[in-house]
Amino acid sequence: MKQHLLGGFVLAITLVLVGCGGGAERSSRVVLQNKGSDTLVNVAQAWAEAYKEVNPNLAIAVSGGGSGTGISSMINGTVDIANSSREMKDKELEMARKNGIEPVEHTVGFDAMAIFVHPDNPIEKITLAQLAEIYGEGATIKTWDQLGVEVPGCRSGEIIRVSRQNNSGTYVYFKEAVLGKTRDYELGSRDMHGSKDVVDLVEHTPCAIGYSGLAYANEHVKMPCVAKQADGACVAPSVETALDRSYAIARPLFMYTSGEPEGAVKEYLNWILSDEGQCIIARKGYAPVAEVSCG
Amino acid sequence: MEPQTTDRARSRRERRRGEDRRDRNWYIDKAVQALVFIGGISGILFIIGIFVFITKEGYGFIAETLDIGEFLTSPRWRPTSDHNPTYGALALIAGTTSVTGLAMLVSVPFSLGAAIYIGEFAKGRTRETLKILVELLAAIPSVVWGFIGLSIMNPLIIKTFNVPIGLNVLNSGLILGLMAAPIMTTIAEDALKAVPDTYREAAEALGATKWQVIYRVVLPAGKNGLVAAVLLGVGRGFGETMAVLMASGHSINLPTSVFDSVRALTATIAAELGETAVGSDHYRALFTLGILLFVVTFVINLTADLVVRGIRKK
Repeated sequence: MKQHLLGGFVLAITLVLVGCGGGAERSSRVVLQNKGSDTLVNVAQAWAEAYKEVNPNLAIAVSGGGSGTGISSMINGTVDIANSSREMKDKELEMARKNGIEPVEHTVGFDAMAIFVHPDNPIEKITLAQLAEIYGEGATIKTWDQLGVEVPGCRSGEIIRVSRQNNSGTYVYFKEAVLGKTRDYELGSRDMHGSKDVVDLVEHTPCAIGYSGLAYANEHVKMPCVAKQADGACVAPSVETALDRSYAIARPLFMYTSGEPEGAVKEYLNWILSDEGQCIIARKGYAPVAEVSCG
Repeated sequence: MEPQTTDRARSRRERRRGEDRRDRNWYIDKAVQALVFIGGISGILFIIGIFVFITKEGYGFIAETLDIGEFLTSPRWRPTSDHNPTYGALALIAGTTSVTGLAMLVSVPFSLGAAIYIGEFAKGRTRETLKILVELLAAIPSVVWGFIGLSIMNPLIIKTFNVPIGLNVLNSGLILGLMAAPIMTTIAEDALKAVPDTYREAAEALGATKWQVIYRVVLPAGKNGLVAAVLLGVGRGFGETMAVLMASGHSINLPTSVFDSVRALTATIAAELGETAVGSDHYRALFTLGILLFVVTFVINLTADLVVRGIRKK
C-alpha cells in the first residue's frame, strides 16, 4: 500500500509541477482530487494517466489509503471523487448529509475476491461455509486436516488466517459476503495493511490463507476455486466469472461524487464508463461493468 | 576592558546600565531575548497543546461510551462491528508489553556490555569507531527494520523453529531490541563516563582487578544513569510503531509464547486512524489508546529524567 500512496503522491507532485510549468494554459487547468480504495488505486492511476491524452487540461491527483479513507474524505469534503470497494454505510451517508454533501454512487467495475493459499498447499476447492467457519467468530475449522489436506512445510497444521485492517473495503465486503451481516470475524487473524501485504505474507507462509482482490494475484500464490454450496459448482476467480456473476464473491467497485457529477467530473466518469475506460480496468484484472471488446 | 577596575569606575558602569541607550544593539538584544524565550517555552506549550488535543478528542468517549473496566480487562478490540462494537485494549496492551519486554531482555545485556566495553576497555581509534557505528545503528529508519522483519526474519523463524508463522513476539522483540540498543548504549556510556576517574584510581590502588573495579565501583556509582538508559530504551520500545506493525503479525491475541503473533497499541492507531471518520466512536477510541500511550511514555520518560537528575545533584 505504501507504494500506492507514494505513487499517488509522486503523481500528484508531477501533476502540480506540470500544471505550474504550463504557463499560458495554467488558468484553464483543473485538478481533480481522487482518493480511496486500495483495490481501485492502480486502475484509478491508469485512468488518470490515460485521460491526460483525452483532456490535457484536466489533471487528476490519485491516492490510495483504503475505502474508508476515501469515504471519510468525501464526508469531510476534501475530494472530488472517492473510490470505494464497498457501499457507503447509512451512518456515513448521514454524516455526509450533515456536512451538506449528497454522495452519488457510480459503479465502475467488478472485482472477483480471490482466496489465496501457499503454492505448496494441495487444496483445490473451498466452500463459502468452510470460509465462514475459518474466519467467523467461534471458528470451528482451525487446522488444515479438517479441510482434508495436509500442507507440506506446515507441520503444526494450524490455519494461519490473514485478514485486513478493520476499515478496509475488502475486509467489510468479505465479512458481508462470507460471514453474513451479523457475524463478526474471529479475533486473532493477522491483519495486514494492504492487499499486497496479504499476498506477500501468504506467499512466504505455508500455513496461511488470505483474501484480496484478484488483481493482486501473482504466480507465487495459489487460488482455490470457490463453491457456493458443498455440492455446487466450484468456480475459479477470473474476470469472466466475475462478469457473468458465477463467481460467489465478486463485488462492485464504486466511485462516489458529491451530488450529480457536472462539468469535468461528469466528462471523466463518462469516459471511464466508455469502451476505452472499461478496457483499461479489464487489462488491470478486474471485470468491466458490461462486456466490451478491447483490441 | 578597562585597565583598572576601581570602585568608582564600576559604579559609573552600573549607572550607565540603568539608563540603557536605546540604540540598534539594544533592540537586537531585546529581540533575541524574546526569541530565545519563545524557543525555551515552546517545548512546554507544545506538550501541553498535544495533551489538550488528544484529551479533547478522546475525553467525550471516555466519559460517555467507554467502560473503563472493559477497556483495561477485555481482549476484544472490535471497534467496527456493526451490531456490537467492543473496545477492549487488553490484548493490545499485552502485545506492546510483551514485545517491549522481550526487546529489553535482548538489548539490556548487549547495550550495557557495549557501554562498558566502549567506556572502560576500548581505547583510541577502536573506541571512536565503535561510538560512531553505534550511533549509525540509530540512524536506520524504522520502516527498514520492519522490512527486515517481514521479509528476512519471517521465513528464517519459520524454518529455524518450525512454527507456522514468523511474524510474532520473537521477531518484533529482536527488531525492537536492535533499535533500542544504540540509544541505551550511548546513554549508559555517558553515565559511566560521569563516574570520576579518582574512584577507579582509588580502587586500583587497593589492588582491585579491572573487573572488580567495574563491578564493585563503576557500576554502582553510575547506577542512576544506567537505570535511566534502560528506561529510555523502554520508552523507545513503547512508542515504536512502524517496525512493530510490520514484524509483530498485527493480530489481536493474548500471547502465551514468543511464537504468538500480537498487536501493539501504536500499530493499531497507525493502521486504523487513517480510515476512520473524524468524530466517530472508533476515532475517539483510537484517541483513548493515544492517551494511554502518552501517559505511559510520559511516566517512563519523567522517571528516567528524575533518575538522571538524581545523579547530577550528588
